[in-house]
Amino acid sequence: MFGRLTLGAFVHDPITEITIIATMLLALVGVIFLFKFKLIGWLWKNWFTSLDPKKIGVMYLCVAALMLLRGLADALLIRAQQATSVGASHGIVNADTFQQIFSSHGTMMIFFVAMGALFGIINMILPMQVGSRDVAFPLLNSISFWLFFGGVALINMSIIVGSFSNAGWLAYPPLSELAFNPGVGVDYWIWSLEIAGIGSLLTGINFIVTILKMRAPGMTLMKMPIFVWSVLCSMSLVTFAFPILTATLTMLALDRTIGTHFFTAGFGGDAMMYINLIWAWGHPEVYILILPAFGVFSEIVPVFSGKRLFGYKSMVVALVAITILSFTVWLHHFFTMGAGADVNAFFGIMTMIISIPTGVKVFNWLFTMYRGRIRLTTPMMWFLGFIVTFTIGGVAGVLMAVPAIDFEVHNSLFLVAHFHTMIIGGVVFGIFAGFTYWFPKFTGFTLNERLGRYAFWLWITGFCLAFIPLYILGLLGATRRLDHYVDAGWQGFFVIAAIGAVIICAGVGMQMLQIVVSIVQRKQNLVIDGDPWNGRTLEWSTVAPPPEYNYAIVPEVTERDEFWVMKKKGLQKKTNIVYEAIDVPKNSSFGIFIAVFASLFAFAVIWHIVWLVIVALIITILIIIFMLTRDREDDTISAKEVEEIELAAEKNRLYA
Amino acid sequence: MKQVVPPEVQIASRRTLKGYITGFLLSLLFTVVAYTLVQTHLGNGHAVVSNNILTIVIAILAAAQCIVQVVYFLHLGEEAKPRVRFLAFLFMILVVTILIAGSLWIMNNLNYHMMTPEAINKYVEQQSQGGF
Amino acid sequence: MSQTPETQQAKAAFIASKVGLGFWIYLMTDLVLFASLFATFAVLRNNTFGGPGGPQIFNLPYVLVETIILLTSSFTAGLVTISVSRANKRLALVFLAITFVLGLSFVAMELSEFSHLIHDGNSWTRSGFLTAFFTLVGTHGLHISIGLLWMLVMGYRIFKKGLTVNTIRQVTLLSMFWHFLDIVWIFIFSIVYMIGVL
Repeated sequence: MFGRLTLGAFVHDPITEITIIATMLLALVGVIFLFKFKLIGWLWKNWFTSLDPKKIGVMYLCVAALMLLRGLADALLIRAQQATSVGASHGIVNADTFQQIFSSHGTMMIFFVAMGALFGIINMILPMQVGSRDVAFPLLNSISFWLFFGGVALINMSIIVGSFSNAGWLAYPPLSELAFNPGVGVDYWIWSLEIAGIGSLLTGINFIVTILKMRAPGMTLMKMPIFVWSVLCSMSLVTFAFPILTATLTMLALDRTIGTHFFTAGFGGDAMMYINLIWAWGHPEVYILILPAFGVFSEIVPVFSGKRLFGYKSMVVALVAITILSFTVWLHHFFTMGAGADVNAFFGIMTMIISIPTGVKVFNWLFTMYRGRIRLTTPMMWFLGFIVTFTIGGVAGVLMAVPAIDFEVHNSLFLVAHFHTMIIGGVVFGIFAGFTYWFPKFTGFTLNERLGRYAFWLWITGFCLAFIPLYILGLLGATRRLDHYVDAGWQGFFVIAAIGAVIICAGVGMQMLQIVVSIVQRKQNLVIDGDPWNGRTLEWSTVAPPPEYNYAIVPEVTERDEFWVMKKKGLQKKTNIVYEAIDVPKNSSFGIFIAVFASLFAFAVIWHIVWLVIVALIITILIIIFMLTRDREDDTISAKEVEEIELAAEKNRLYA
Repeated sequence: MKQVVPPEVQIASRRTLKGYITGFLLSLLFTVVAYTLVQTHLGNGHAVVSNNILTIVIAILAAAQCIVQVVYFLHLGEEAKPRVRFLAFLFMILVVTILIAGSLWIMNNLNYHMMTPEAINKYVEQQSQGGF
Repeated sequence: MSQTPETQQAKAAFIASKVGLGFWIYLMTDLVLFASLFATFAVLRNNTFGGPGGPQIFNLPYVLVETIILLTSSFTAGLVTISVSRANKRLALVFLAITFVLGLSFVAMELSEFSHLIHDGNSWTRSGFLTAFFTLVGTHGLHISIGLLWMLVMGYRIFKKGLTVNTIRQVTLLSMFWHFLDIVWIFIFSIVYMIGVL
């Protein structure tokens, strides 16, 4: 009746049980609170079923923030274990638990924190920056978000019912095959990513069509902000790389359910093919993460240098070059798997070549700053932190691009330090920079600058303490993912790293404090005209917070940095504007229902509940058919309403 | 209600039966040629040309038929500028080629460091003689 | 909300152009998915693990018939598009029905081939080669089945509502989908069956 799901799946070790109970109690309190203040209906109508990309973006950011906390908890446990588990001591958790911890840490951080936060920021900013009112496919956007949430739900469900994977964030076979992992852990990992991966793919298509079809009149490709270019390139990578992930995860799932022999050790399977395929996706994935971060910096540096971006064309060429080249380097993730020197040499050379366009971008940002009037605001601090850390990590990467050197440091802590430097220094700092930069736009008030700076310094100090020792340890011979080691000489470094992790958590705490304090002090920090930083691009021309439809009158674009040009020409309030009715997409719950039944399908597959697999699949298909064949209608904001909204904002706006 | 005719269909109305028939007949031709070549080759006991050459010929016929169908059935050449679909198609071809050719090259090359069965036998024999 | 026909037309045209591009890009991604399966098949093609290889299990005349059926159905799908462009609802439904029947025959033949293999003990559990074969060809068959389901839904809607903006847009996407599936089959036919038999 319930497949292999038994009551035993709900039983865990004491620490996990306490955590589960505590979390569920908190959730219960939250739900009761919502009921008491009649907020559930409000949440449903104004947020969950909304097709406004700004709202969907906020939801992405909230979920990503929660998953960040979970990922950090995992990180603290890893650091605590490695700081104490030397010689006779075996630390605070056993080996199997440790493996589950680092597996969930990596999986959550990459798929749900980084991807989630980036999709959130892009949802909020992209339509406004291209002068559009919405993305190309608003309903698809909602479906993507809820599929993402389905993946989040599954991975969190794995703690409560069953257990999570212990096979690392990429689940290499044969460890991830049935012979060594007959339980549900790897299945949870597979299906959580399958569901979220479909969401990502659909988002990729959505954003590409938005950029290509929904730009304001006059905005040619070469007049788009660089952030938009970076999204176009990143989403091209998403659309062409995620199918590889889907295929590979499905092959592993088939191995684990119907007895296929793709990657089994025996019967003609080839485990190395998994590694080949997963990295053919995996390398484009890291560029998917970093390109939007580069885009964010390309927006921030000109504004806070008071100068236009240096080398716009070369920035575009660099982005496109990175996009194409990122499909030609993936073997550098498995130099040591046994290929000959010719193959290794080719991919080593390609890896070095791909660092060049990134270098071009770094120099362009620096040249933008040169002789500019620098304002060291919080977003700019994050950028400067990025320049320093990303360069260090990048240099480590180019070092490892040499196969002979990689043979020494592959899968050591040197590698771990490298990729954390790139992801934290690049992606995370970029997300924070974007968040602090655009926060005033969406809320109508600024963040507390002082606390923001404190948070930055805590983060970068914590980061250096946490990861520089790891570079050294890697060179000393420390392998990654060790739950125990014998060389007492290493412990000092691990202890410093643990202190660094704690300081990073303090940084996160400071960020949370910053948000709370800023909300409390919001009335003193209102952004009257929607342009707190003296911005250059179109999104700064709307009031803060912007109306649902972004632009009452679609802007006409004649130049790059159109808003800056408008301000230079002298903003004039237009008179006698004739407002027209604006159609906005009606709310829709299709996204929620599709995600619920798709996740139910996944849950049923994980636990081998055959009848539920069939039922959930059929229901999902029926919902999709119903959704595609229904009569479609939009809500209309009447011309009168638009006029009222715009006139109310008029007195705050710099120009109309 | 007045029938609204979207551009997809407006372009389609310029399409004639001729394009589809051409595409269909060419595809049929390539299919039958490939089939006949293979059957004849098998009938001759793989004698006349080598397997490798026939493989290449079939691959070329497949690519040709693919182009025929993409042009005549999917109307790839008829896009107005900017030719976005064409660009997407080209990028897909690039990714697909790199993925398949790259995987074949890599996976084949992984045997570079593998011992041949003869070498394995020799090694095992040596070990059993020398003792540990 | 009163809009002039021109604006309505412009709106419909814009939506069709957005949706057409989006669906085209989705088709490109589906081709990358198939490429991953092709790459896997190519790598595992000789991993027969003592079981049968291509020459032992592939029936070329049978596959030729399958191929011609699918190719013809792709042609008749094109005839659906032409009928739609001439606003001929009846003819569109006729050709859609023919396409459906041909597609159904294709799936039936494929299922028969699969069931024979399984019956002989040569299912996907037998070897890496058979795993890759069943998955690649089976995924294509799954896509075809989804296309058939789509045809049923489309046929019903066109029958009930006629050729409206929405049904025209959707049936255009359906023919795009169907053409693309025949293109994938060209490669399965050539690489898996024709070359696999050598």
